[in-house]
Amino acid sequence: MDRLLANSGRLLLLGNEAIARGLIEAGVGVAATYPGTPSSEVGSILEEIAAPAGMYFEYSINEKVAVEVAGAAAASGVRSFAFMKHVGLNVASDAFMTLSYTGVRAGMVIMTADDPSCHSSQNEQDNRYYAKLGLYPMLEPSTPAEARDMLVEAYRISELLQVPVLFRTTTRVNHARGAVELHKAFTPTRRGRFEKDPQRFVPVPANARLLRVEQLKRMERALRMSEGSTLNFVTGSSRVGVVTSGVTYTYAKEWLQDVEILKLGFTNPVPEDKVRRFLEGKQRVVVLEELEPYLEDEVRRIAQQYNIYVEVLGKHTKHLPRAFEFSPDLIISLSSILKVREEKKPLPLPSIKLPSRPPVLCAGCPHRATYYAVKKAVGKDGAIYSSDIGCYTLGIQPPMQTVDYVLCMGASVGAAGGFSEATEQKVVAFIGDSTFFHAGIPPLINAAFNRHKFTLVILDNRTTAMTGHQPNPGTGREFGSVQSPPMPLEPLVRACGVEFVHTVDPYNIKDTIEVMKEAVQYDGLSVVISKHACPLLKTKEGKLVPTRYEIDQEKCVRCYTCVSRFSCPALSKEGGPVKIDATMCIGCGGCAQVCPKQAIEVVR
Amino acid sequence: MKYNIQLVGVGGQGVLLASTVLGNAAVVEGLEVAMSEVHGMAQRGGSVQCSVRMGREILSPLIPMGAADLLLGFEPVETCRSLSMINKDSQIVTNTTPVVPISVSAGQDKYPAVDEVLSAIREANPNLIAMDATALAVKAGKAIAANSVLIGAISAVKGFPMSKDRMLESLLEVVPAKARDINVRAFELGYQEAKGAGL
Repeated sequence: MDRLLANSGRLLLLGNEAIARGLIEAGVGVAATYPGTPSSEVGSILEEIAAPAGMYFEYSINEKVAVEVAGAAAASGVRSFAFMKHVGLNVASDAFMTLSYTGVRAGMVIMTADDPSCHSSQNEQDNRYYAKLGLYPMLEPSTPAEARDMLVEAYRISELLQVPVLFRTTTRVNHARGAVELHKAFTPTRRGRFEKDPQRFVPVPANARLLRVEQLKRMERALRMSEGSTLNFVTGSSRVGVVTSGVTYTYAKEWLQDVEILKLGFTNPVPEDKVRRFLEGKQRVVVLEELEPYLEDEVRRIAQQYNIYVEVLGKHTKHLPRAFEFSPDLIISLSSILKVREEKKPLPLPSIKLPSRPPVLCAGCPHRATYYAVKKAVGKDGAIYSSDIGCYTLGIQPPMQTVDYVLCMGASVGAAGGFSEATEQKVVAFIGDSTFFHAGIPPLINAAFNRHKFTLVILDNRTTAMTGHQPNPGTGREFGSVQSPPMPLEPLVRACGVEFVHTVDPYNIKDTIEVMKEAVQYDGLSVVISKHACPLLKTKEGKLVPTRYEIDQEKCVRCYTCVSRFSCPALSKEGGPVKIDATMCIGCGGCAQVCPKQAIEVVR
Repeated sequence: MKYNIQLVGVGGQGVLLASTVLGNAAVVEGLEVAMSEVHGMAQRGGSVQCSVRMGREILSPLIPMGAADLLLGFEPVETCRSLSMINKDSQIVTNTTPVVPISVSAGQDKYPAVDEVLSAIREANPNLIAMDATALAVKAGKAIAANSVLIGAISAVKGFPMSKDRMLESLLEVVPAKARDINVRAFELGYQEAKGAGL
């Protein structure tokens, strides 16, 4: 990661690395996040390089806190950055909506990493509307190199307008890779001074009304900046026009011919005059943007407002889809409305039937053992499994099927309360340790307060696994020369008002089943903390010493309990005998415990 | 010049690392590079795809269907699944060692015979170099070096835009120093295997 601190060079950077580098070139002094794909790697990088770059970085408990931390820093004259995945901005939205009233003194940028096609998300909401809703200037990069450049520009804009800038990326920018020429790193101001100004920073109604008027005036100035910005440019010359932004620009540029492209990088406010001039004299304009018709509505509005007659094609005319991300293939498929560059004919898929390969819980994942134990404890009557956001959502697949209901971070606990009041069914909720800290505590207190009856299992794998093993309050902090001890879950859960609290090690399946039985039979609110560190994390840290297991084929009766009920990816049956893949097996011993014939044994 | 490489495999096989080796080599070569990769949930043992594009006037991180010049498969079924990424003139390099998905182990799906998978690929496009990269890696010293075998192999493919030396140099930048010799051997074994296949 040290290479990101260099003062020159041409590096192949992941979009998220380019963004981290942009922070260094912009002299950002404070950065905060809650990890979420596709934004997570920015945090993993800052964990290593923030301190040597003179920047303070933290994993905040959730996105709202991250925006509050960064907002206060920028109000104190320190450039700041808050970043998150798209749904994280929902969590942060309360702070977000008023931060554009009070504004900032030093530059502040809020990155929302959207995920068209839901690669790693529960929805594909288009967060460009947050810029309109909250009255934020917004920039949208197309490539890693542009992300770095635009980030530096975003800080300039933010300081001129005294308001944070919304920096909207998508998965195909965050997780794209490209060459980036490094510019000079800038030593940040790490400590500023907060000069009091209650009229500005305390939006009581009397102040808020004044700030609201200020906010609208600021957007007038932002419009003039957008009109003059080189981030909005025209390339090519034709009477057929394309208006586009984000990664879609790269597809349009490579696979469209004989078009004039208006590429928008400063997309709130949309540069009205620039769009008007672009529309004039065009026969046809196609708006190419992923998800919602955000730009298209602006283009239609501007055409109407200035009495320009031009054919506008897009989502409203059903020429382009609203669902899912765009691709070069989608652009090539537009040959009836635009001139495209065809590619060679793809090979047809062979008729041979191939097995599907969805993502699965890893070999040795403690969640598998927990799920197995809970299902045993619940028995035939079954339960409603209210689940949450994390690796454990993979329990949706057979044979576990321990995920019946998911909404958002923390909803497992809130919804469990609802199920317990509205049904006669047994309710078991699952939440990860990091997710519990993020949004699980208020609904747990709510459950105790309102006497909801359900079992909550906290899947404590000692990390934030899905997003790449970031620390959380439960693990304590040990990076960037800040140290804090792990916050124990048991007393925290008790303090929430829960009387039945037990901690188990899911690798001990028998004991776990016993405790789970007690918990689900308990007449009240019960919490079981199922605690075992993620083996991937242990492997990363070089702490995993695998125990070798083998199957005694003499003892094995081919009942396939291990394969069909426990379903560890390290187990397979090809034909008759069950085999353990020694390269995958980490020696958790789960399969050995579920084997009714004790046919799976430790060999080393 | 534009050269598109599609890499496919199973989460955890090192597809991402191989694409970085390719991308870094192209940057050193002075080419423009655009890549796209998969992070997050899909990495947990699911199918993964990475695209690497290099040359001039490259912007898009994604490759259109049929436009990959080279398909590098870390797993035979995944290679077969991705044939729509290539055309009749493209080259294919695949590992023949299967990674059996859990759906098969649990008895819901069937894993076809590897020979059948390979003939299906060959029927669609005969420019196939298939090798047991895992076995070659074991021969080099460690199964985990299968990655290096495959990187060596693509360096020998007809039309591949970078030299063998450039690729080896780029590979060695990402492997730990103590595993250097094993990886050099693995790379060389893969290279020779592909050269021997004569495509």
